[in-house]
Amino acid sequence: MNRRSVASVALAAALALALPAGAEERFITVASTTSTEQSGLFAHILPVFEAATGIEVRVVAQGTGQALETGRRGDADVVFVHARAAEEAFVAEGAGLERHPVMYNDFVIVGPGDDPAGIKGKDDVVEALAAIASAGATFASRGDDSGTHKAELQFWQEAGIAPSGAWYRELGSGMGPTLNTSAELPAYTLTDRATWLNFSNRGPLEIVVEGDPELFNQYGVILVDPAKHPHVKAEDGQAFIDWLISEEGQGAIAEYTIDGQQLFFPNANDAGV
Amino acid sequence: MAETSAFALALQLIGAADPVLVEIVLLSLRVTLTALALAALIGLPLGAALALARFPGRGLAIVLANAFMGLPPVVAGLVIYLLLSRSGPLGPLGILFTPTAMIVAQTVLILPIVVSLTRQVIQDLWGEYAEQLRSLGSSPLRAVPTLLWDGRFSLITALLAGFGRASAEVGAVLIVGGNIAGHTRTMTTAIALETSRGALELALALGLILLGLTVTLNALAYLLARLDRWGATVA
Amino acid sequence: MSAVLTRLAPLGGAGAAGRSAPTSILPLRLEGLGFAVGGKPLLDGVDLVLEAGGRTVVLGPNGAGKSIFLRLCHGLLRPTTGQVLWAGNGANARDRRHALLFQRPVMLRRSALANILHGLALAGHGWHERRQRARAVLARFGIAELAERPARTLSGGEQQVLALARAAALEPEVLFLDEPTAALDPAATARIELLLQLIARDGVKLVMVTHDLGQARRFADDVVFLHRGRLVEHRPAAAFFSNPRSPEARAFVAGELIW
Repeated sequence: MNRRSVASVALAAALALALPAGAEERFITVASTTSTEQSGLFAHILPVFEAATGIEVRVVAQGTGQALETGRRGDADVVFVHARAAEEAFVAEGAGLERHPVMYNDFVIVGPGDDPAGIKGKDDVVEALAAIASAGATFASRGDDSGTHKAELQFWQEAGIAPSGAWYRELGSGMGPTLNTSAELPAYTLTDRATWLNFSNRGPLEIVVEGDPELFNQYGVILVDPAKHPHVKAEDGQAFIDWLISEEGQGAIAEYTIDGQQLFFPNANDAGV
Repeated sequence: MAETSAFALALQLIGAADPVLVEIVLLSLRVTLTALALAALIGLPLGAALALARFPGRGLAIVLANAFMGLPPVVAGLVIYLLLSRSGPLGPLGILFTPTAMIVAQTVLILPIVVSLTRQVIQDLWGEYAEQLRSLGSSPLRAVPTLLWDGRFSLITALLAGFGRASAEVGAVLIVGGNIAGHTRTMTTAIALETSRGALELALALGLILLGLTVTLNALAYLLARLDRWGATVA
Repeated sequence: MSAVLTRLAPLGGAGAAGRSAPTSILPLRLEGLGFAVGGKPLLDGVDLVLEAGGRTVVLGPNGAGKSIFLRLCHGLLRPTTGQVLWAGNGANARDRRHALLFQRPVMLRRSALANILHGLALAGHGWHERRQRARAVLARFGIAELAERPARTLSGGEQQVLALARAAALEPEVLFLDEPTAALDPAATARIELLLQLIARDGVKLVMVTHDLGQARRFADDVVFLHRGRLVEHRPAAAFFSNPRSPEARAFVAGELIW
């Protein structure tokens, strides 16, 4: 029965592979947003933090809504997202401790180069959206309860428009898939600049609206409340937060550029953001 | 355009043995092969037992096993996520967002395939063997290992079907693994990520490599069956 | 054939020594034995005693219930009426010491040797004894050189010899045979008949169903004649063939009764 013993050795080897490698690893889990992950920011700043502290940071990139839910369920130690109202609610309901502002980036509206709504060069996002709606030009919405989606809905509300109809497409997708779809339709869409700069499949899309202070997108970081979830690695999680808002962390964020453009602007020390 | 350059890129990535790529490939193989081994360990005897045993509710069990072959990975992933979450019943295990969680998810996904196909193979074989084996003094329970061994070629196909489903799926591992760079990023979640970054060439290149791996593994299984000198006896 | 003969050392004590001398499971008593499917009797009210030793041939036209008779005796079917009574430990499945050779034996998808080993394993023999017995029986039946061949690649005749070896390795006291040569060519038939004679010479009781009257005449010590599910005659072969009592048997021996 040589064959059987061969089979059982192979099975044992397969099971050995399944065992978690190195139980001694020191790490924290951070629930963050796809835009932050896909911008490449984490790949730039995390090695700096890990070298300084020996704490590995495992980033689960999700939409803001899902990332907050992950923290609420206790499946992450730290949440690092961009939807201020939702973050404050998260703290208020007792899911997390203090919210610390970290940095901002900005949103831009991208759209087809032939600009059917005629909004190229506008610097007022609300006016631009109103023009898209009245022209009936195709607009792609994330529709996924992400920070970007929430910001978009806020702008529509300010414009006094409840967007609906064939021109308004709710995709229920992340930023990247939304850009892929927008390039294909083509459609206008709201995106964070970081994802846009990292995105290669642009097709006819280009930036049509930017620079409105309303388009600034504030990021905050929160430690999940260890009183609620005792397994939360409070000490190491707090170390990460402290580092992010320290001079060193803020410097690392400011250093990250794509094509010479800075993507994230540290503002941990600004008041009221 | 993207298609041809993706092919060149795939070859380039393989040629350079890109360390990140190697890590992702190894993790994918580890997760999928472990899930397959577990599914085989549980599913082969279970499928055989389902073929041979007679008990009330057997028909329902067969229908359910067949139906769960079509379980959407996202649904499986979500249910396992809720179970493994710190707020879920298995939260204290602390295995959400780890390769172990992905192994659990893929095992759940492919177990019905292994059970259903095994049941069919063993049931057919039992129809042929039953009288002879019973004459030699074999009880249905004792016949299980005999039939599993004699059905090994058909069962390898069942296992390959399971492997195919596990290696191709992205929905479940994305939810329970979290697609954490360097920790739970597999071929399929990497492909999903690169697609969402609009890096279609790289995504397609990774897809080609995954396809190559799958073809290689199937070829190995095929050769193994051919080399087995009893291969000729399978009529 | 003669080569086979000379190699045929009696199995003798080797296997028997391994166990405490078993009490005989014969005679086999069938009392009011019947088998019905959906209320339709296929075998009915068979009373019969089969004594140790000798070669019994079960004859009868198609549909007489011969195969069912064998399967009831062997325990593959459960009687719907009456009972099958073995003497001694015959009722104990582990020690039942009777085997059945099918018309078309099922070979496992493994080597000839492994097929015999599997039968011995099912009979509860230890690892070492299994190998010893299997090698011995392969040599004795003249198929030692086929030991490592995949059983399914053997010819029909070779497979039947192997099936006979698999049954004989169990050292049964009774061997049931369900038309064992019906699917074979004349040469293979002759080979099987020769091996059966040798097995019978070792004192194994043979109970064979056959359609072949010539074979029955060559082979039988006594004849059990079934017709339409009933036992019509059980007599010594010479008497049965020369002077059948019942009209059905007379017609059958004359080759006139097929149904």
